[in-house]
Amino acid sequence: MRNFQKVAVPVGAIVIFLLLWEFLVWVNGWPNYVMASPSDLPDAYIRFWSLFVEGSWQTLWRTVAGLALAVIFGTALGMVMGFSRIARDALYPLLVGFNAIPKATLVPVLALLFIGQHNFNTVLMAFLISFFPIAVSVGIGLSTLEPEYRDILRSLGASRLTIFRKIALPKTLPEFFGALKVSVTLAFIGTNLVEIISPHGRGLGALFLSGQTNSNYPLMFAVLIALAVLGIILYYAVVMLEKIFAGWAERPQH
Amino acid sequence: MTGAGSSLAGARTDMTNLIDIKGVTHAYQTPNGPLPVLDNLNVSVPEGEFAAVVGPSGCGKSTLTRLVAGLMKPDQGEVWLHGKLVKSPRKTVGMAFQNPVMLEWRTILQNVMLPLEIVAPGMPKKQRVERAMELLDLVGLTGFENKRPSELSGGMRQRASLCRAIVHKPDVLIMDEPFGALDAFTREDLWQTMHELRAKEPFTAVLITHDLRESVYLGDQVIVLSGRPATTQYVLDVHYPGEGLRKLEGLYTPECAQMLATLREQIQIAQGRQPEPAVH
Repeated sequence: MRNFQKVAVPVGAIVIFLLLWEFLVWVNGWPNYVMASPSDLPDAYIRFWSLFVEGSWQTLWRTVAGLALAVIFGTALGMVMGFSRIARDALYPLLVGFNAIPKATLVPVLALLFIGQHNFNTVLMAFLISFFPIAVSVGIGLSTLEPEYRDILRSLGASRLTIFRKIALPKTLPEFFGALKVSVTLAFIGTNLVEIISPHGRGLGALFLSGQTNSNYPLMFAVLIALAVLGIILYYAVVMLEKIFAGWAERPQH
Repeated sequence: MTGAGSSLAGARTDMTNLIDIKGVTHAYQTPNGPLPVLDNLNVSVPEGEFAAVVGPSGCGKSTLTRLVAGLMKPDQGEVWLHGKLVKSPRKTVGMAFQNPVMLEWRTILQNVMLPLEIVAPGMPKKQRVERAMELLDLVGLTGFENKRPSELSGGMRQRASLCRAIVHKPDVLIMDEPFGALDAFTREDLWQTMHELRAKEPFTAVLITHDLRESVYLGDQVIVLSGRPATTQYVLDVHYPGEGLRKLEGLYTPECAQMLATLREQIQIAQGRQPEPAVH
């Protein structure tokens, strides 16, 4: 019963959402070129199926690659900021400033810096847009570690590395995964940004752009839905990883 | 400075002492200049003895625990452990705090085994589990070994924390107000557990506490520290009424009332107040 509910409730919500959408389009009498309705989408998927598969794959792998880089770099940066006050004071304003820059403005910069390196540019953007939350949360997690936790092991003569491995790292995992959930969506946005803005793009973003140039509105909406589905898949992949590695942080429900 | 029937610590600095703190002076560096916390502190604890340390709030008691654990070095003076000068953390120390500091991602059993992973990395898993289970049994936590700390009550977590502090058979158990956050009944239960543990697993202990009854019930000697900067103001040798394992009822005998009155008087002096006349 519980499991049934777990699946049925979100699926029901999606069905209701689609019905509402269909109803709105129908009641307003919007033609296809103003707003496509869900019933137009299957045609678009069937016609451009191979493009969807190819585009989704390109969007997906570049997002995951960018996110992987963000995890490695963000964790390393977070460790530096978590352990050293000086590094924290020095890096925070820089990081905040960098994070405040709208990333769309960086697309032409990257495109000029690395001309023609489309995959590289896209992965780089996904990385740039998503490492910030990870770095900050790991940094805060480490710097707020209660001294007693450290003392327990330090009094036994444990090395800094051992203390990090046995205490600091696992204790920071819940914060890390919280940040990763934000980052995965950001990385996805970064990938799509480059795909849509830069000329001769690839992936779902490029498919969206070609729908626009050809005034194929059902195709554009079909791409949006495909993006949403990919985003959901990525997000829940992170949730699953969190359950495996930081499931202990979830309190038993009473 | 010294009351009748007391012996000033420092007078007994022979080699049989497990812990010898000699003339330790220490100040923390703060933005407003140095803040002296310890001033010529002398503490001696013979092997197997239980020393309870009491004193006004913020007088440097926690600094004392960090010194004995080797987590910091004093500006002046020496800390000797087992006839060796303490310069850095040693594996022969166990620590327990007011906050039980359980690692939430580990089970109770894994929490208790943690020190063994550091101190005896070569020890077979089976042996580690046996050792941890033996202690969990002693404190009445059998059946909870596979629970997460978040599933246990505060008192149970503190019991597990005590097991973890002595699992590697340390020479010295250092406790910084371990029972401070517990309710009165749980606290008395844990005092009892403490005596039972000592009977089965002898260890030398330093207990920081704010509870005078606790210091008398658990301690072989009670050391009263003066206000900051702390120095050894008074040492009370506890002669607990009754034979064998100490009983809680003993606290309500005239002997204990006398000791408690003396301690209260000393604490008032430490706080810089005129002592109220003790009721004898």
